[in-house]
Amino acid sequence: MDLMSIISQSLQQAFGPTAVIYALAAIGLNVHFGYTGLLNFGQAGFMMVAGYSMAALASVWSQSLWLGVFIGLFLTIVLALLLGIPTLRLRADYLAIVTIAAAEVIRQSIGAASFSDTFGGQDGITDFIAPFRAVNPYSGPVDLGIVRWSGYDFWVMTVGWVLVAVCCVVVWLLMRSPWGRVLKSIREDEDAVRSLGKNVYAYKMQSLVIGGLFGAFAGFMTAIRSASIGPSFFATDVTFIAYTVLLIGGAARVLGPVVGSVVFWFLITALGIFFTQATRGADSLIPAWIMTSQQASLMRFIFLGLGLMLLMIFRPQGIFGDRRELAIDAR
Amino acid sequence: MHVPLRRATVLIALVLAFLTVGGTSAQASPPTTSDEGGARCALPEPTDDDVISILGRICDRREQPQQPVEGVTVTVEDESGNPVGEATSGADGTFVFDLPGTAIENLGKVFVLTIDEDTLPEDTEPEVLQRNVPINLDNDTSVTFPVGEAAFGGSGKGAQALQLTVGGLVFSVLLAMAALGLSMIFGTTGLTNFSHGELVTFGALVAFAFDRLPGTVTIGGANVTVIVGVAVAFLVSAAFGWLNDAALWKPLRSRGTGVIAMMIVSIGLSIFLRNVYQYFAGPQARNYSQYSAVQPWEIGPLLVTPKEVAVVLIGMAVLVAATSLLQFTRLGKATRAVADNPALSAATGINVERVISIVWIGGGALAGLAGALLGLTQGFDYQIGFKLLLLIFAAVVLGGLGTIWGAIVGAFIIGLFTELSTLLVPAEFKFVGALLVLIVVLLIRPQGLLGKAQRIG
Repeated sequence: MDLMSIISQSLQQAFGPTAVIYALAAIGLNVHFGYTGLLNFGQAGFMMVAGYSMAALASVWSQSLWLGVFIGLFLTIVLALLLGIPTLRLRADYLAIVTIAAAEVIRQSIGAASFSDTFGGQDGITDFIAPFRAVNPYSGPVDLGIVRWSGYDFWVMTVGWVLVAVCCVVVWLLMRSPWGRVLKSIREDEDAVRSLGKNVYAYKMQSLVIGGLFGAFAGFMTAIRSASIGPSFFATDVTFIAYTVLLIGGAARVLGPVVGSVVFWFLITALGIFFTQATRGADSLIPAWIMTSQQASLMRFIFLGLGLMLLMIFRPQGIFGDRRELAIDAR
Repeated sequence: MHVPLRRATVLIALVLAFLTVGGTSAQASPPTTSDEGGARCALPEPTDDDVISILGRICDRREQPQQPVEGVTVTVEDESGNPVGEATSGADGTFVFDLPGTAIENLGKVFVLTIDEDTLPEDTEPEVLQRNVPINLDNDTSVTFPVGEAAFGGSGKGAQALQLTVGGLVFSVLLAMAALGLSMIFGTTGLTNFSHGELVTFGALVAFAFDRLPGTVTIGGANVTVIVGVAVAFLVSAAFGWLNDAALWKPLRSRGTGVIAMMIVSIGLSIFLRNVYQYFAGPQARNYSQYSAVQPWEIGPLLVTPKEVAVVLIGMAVLVAATSLLQFTRLGKATRAVADNPALSAATGINVERVISIVWIGGGALAGLAGALLGLTQGFDYQIGFKLLLLIFAAVVLGGLGTIWGAIVGAFIIGLFTELSTLLVPAEFKFVGALLVLIVVLLIRPQGLLGKAQRIG
């Protein structure tokens, strides 16, 4: 058991590119669920549309990544409008079912063999990242003593955490504005807001679009992190992990998703490495008849599921949240 | 005193209903060789090796017994139209095409077989030019190209549609069993259960675990291990459904947990169970020890396996039994009353918690049976239920959340739609179509086909 390597690798993940992606996705969900009470289970769909727009535009139609970003944001808005029109007048669980179904429709369609000429089928797209690599200011790996990142990862992190900071400021500004207070009152009591003459439907739609745009940035970062993009990056579980991240940090708090992402990736990586080390070699800590190394890789997901359940039951407000500010009743 | 007795009666009735049907299926299930085609135009025997082969025959149906057609070239392509190879029928009208690659690589793929019209004898007309062959099991798959006049007066499309309808029916029945449970649980507790798919997988796993136990179960000399395994899965899944409620959902309800919180808890449970299943069962696709390669019956242009018939009969009988219980017994009436208005039914003296507990038992049993039968028809892996979950939701929302008949009608529409849509679009889009139907239905009739028009927003 090598404690130092567990801490080092966990810290690497906790602040690494993956944590950036989930922080951004969870910031979007925070606008949806935390502030407005909308149960969007299709954040992976928003991420996928944006990420694929950027990657496909650069790779297939050889346009710049910037144009891809703008097209991606535009298509995300279109998707949010398409999803919102049928569902935002309905109860929360309908929105949940439709968004999760829509995310899966998008994933299966983009990953389909019929479109493999454009989107690469299950293999996805790879050759779009050169312009981003070209402006990488870090020549070698970055070593901070106990933890080190490759130059490319650190470049992705630099861009990513700046993006996270900007998004947090935007959310903070939005939520202290009168507009943000309307969103929170929709979460608390939709009918009361309606009786004050506010167009609840329009506010919900704006919230869905803005949260989806944060999800779009998570999608861009997903493509940039891996220097490739594929349908398997956007499985349903991505949305569920983003929810876990949000709930750990605390919903309806500006920094909740960020702290949640760091804590989540630290814990999940530490668990993963612990069980990998505990089952490695002939004389392992956990005997092979209880757990093989293949089974060890599942332990962190078992803990993820268990953790999400226990979190929601015993501390739904997470680290920073306020229980009274949580939209956990049907409306 | 009365109520427990009534519950016992219902349970016994359910079990009896199941056993009766199980008995009939036992007679129907043993593979029967089709002698319709005569000895001269029979399918090649499946071989039990590591390579998946597509076994086919080309028979002239105008003669009786059917005559084999020799020297016809069949090209094999994968889903995206890349050629994989070709085979030529021999003197007995049969061809064997060994798929390249290992069995695991081919699982889940769909191959398109096309006969080359030019190589047919001049006086013959093909009824079916093209067949899609999905590889769901790691066994050899058989396919027939009848030649002669079209039997149903229609073209190859007609025969294909009929064949797809059979597949769609089998799928619909299984979907309906899972959807009924989900809908009733939603109706009585308000919980949108994202872990319902894991109840389905649980049934398949129990049947598989029973099948893997050493020894076999025989009745009158016939090996019925898998049939008994499916029955065991039904019962154990009922207990699992009860456990779900008693250990998790009932305490949460008494804490006053909101329905959205419970929905997120159910997602956690789904992730947890799915990975626990994979922990114990492994990631690979699995089959039961019996009935995985069954000689199909040939009915007109259709190929129907006896196990498909058995699955539809069992499923139909269970659905009829479950809906009759809900429709006609006192307990069923109480259940529907709770689904309609829990507070009001509690006020009229119905024990709501007991009704909910029974709904979970029934829902778990139905879902588990669906899973076990799904494993029987197409094999299963640890996430078969999770893959099915969105289709179950689609069926339930289409029919009307919380309704009994809505769930069943919705399941049949979705089940048939997914299969029949492959006539027009590539097979990889069949789930996409079903989910789009879900979204469109919410747009124009949010309460579902059979739901009551009340405010749901």
